[in-house]
Amino acid sequence: MMLNQFLVLSAFLFCCGVYGVLARKNAVLVLMSIELMINSVNMNLIAFSIHNDNTVGHVFALFAIAVAAAEVAVGLAIVLLIYRNRQSVDLTDVSQMKG
Amino acid sequence: MLAQNIIFGLLAVSMCAAAVKLVTTKNVVHAALYLVIVLAGMAAQYILLGAEFVAVVQVLVYIGAITVLILFGIMLTRAPIGKSQELDNNQRGISAVVALFLFGSLAALLMKAFGRTKIDFGNSVGSLAAGGNVKIVADSLFSQYLIPFEVASVLLLAALVGAVVVARQD
Repeated sequence: MMLNQFLVLSAFLFCCGVYGVLARKNAVLVLMSIELMINSVNMNLIAFSIHNDNTVGHVFALFAIAVAAAEVAVGLAIVLLIYRNRQSVDLTDVSQMKG
Repeated sequence: MLAQNIIFGLLAVSMCAAAVKLVTTKNVVHAALYLVIVLAGMAAQYILLGAEFVAVVQVLVYIGAITVLILFGIMLTRAPIGKSQELDNNQRGISAVVALFLFGSLAALLMKAFGRTKIDFGNSVGSLAAGGNVKIVADSLFSQYLIPFEVASVLLLAALVGAVVVARQD
């Protein structure tokens, strides 16, 4: 198998995630798109780890999965707090810190 | 290698279709289910690459935990179950341009850098003949990367306590 097929697939998934983060206004959907981006980066790490005969990529992918789990827990807590204060999770309304 | 390429193609097509539907669907719950398809396909790709431990962790943590957490988030924020027009903002066109440009430049760069590079499966990390790579990964994780591992567990604890503190009602 070519190395490139995995890299291009993960690039495509990453760009889908970028589109989701930019074009969605529901906060939960933005979190899902971020998960998609983190996952595609993990696939790059694994592909290069296998290709270069090195376990560092595996270890880093495991750390990335752990950090993603922490990120989604805190992110959903913040989304819940936004919902509780504003009765909506529309990100275009959350603009108090806009300059 | 042909069978692996065919399986890769099937998985890649379904993952790409699910990812596109994930960012364009009008239904929040369907988006979560499309995310499951992408994550499961990713785990299958890891197995195809010979990284079985990361594949199992992917299924356990992402499909098992994070998807359930996201579904709870959908329910707790009373997202519209069913179709809704209120999920996208008014910058879809420019977002699509940005994403397509990013993909084009990334794909061109990757083609230029790794155009004909083949993955060498005959080595120690990738070889299935050596009984998988769980032992090698574990040795690396618990010797060379022991301190980052412990820091990651403290990070998880801190994040969970922080999530409870942030989301608590009082």
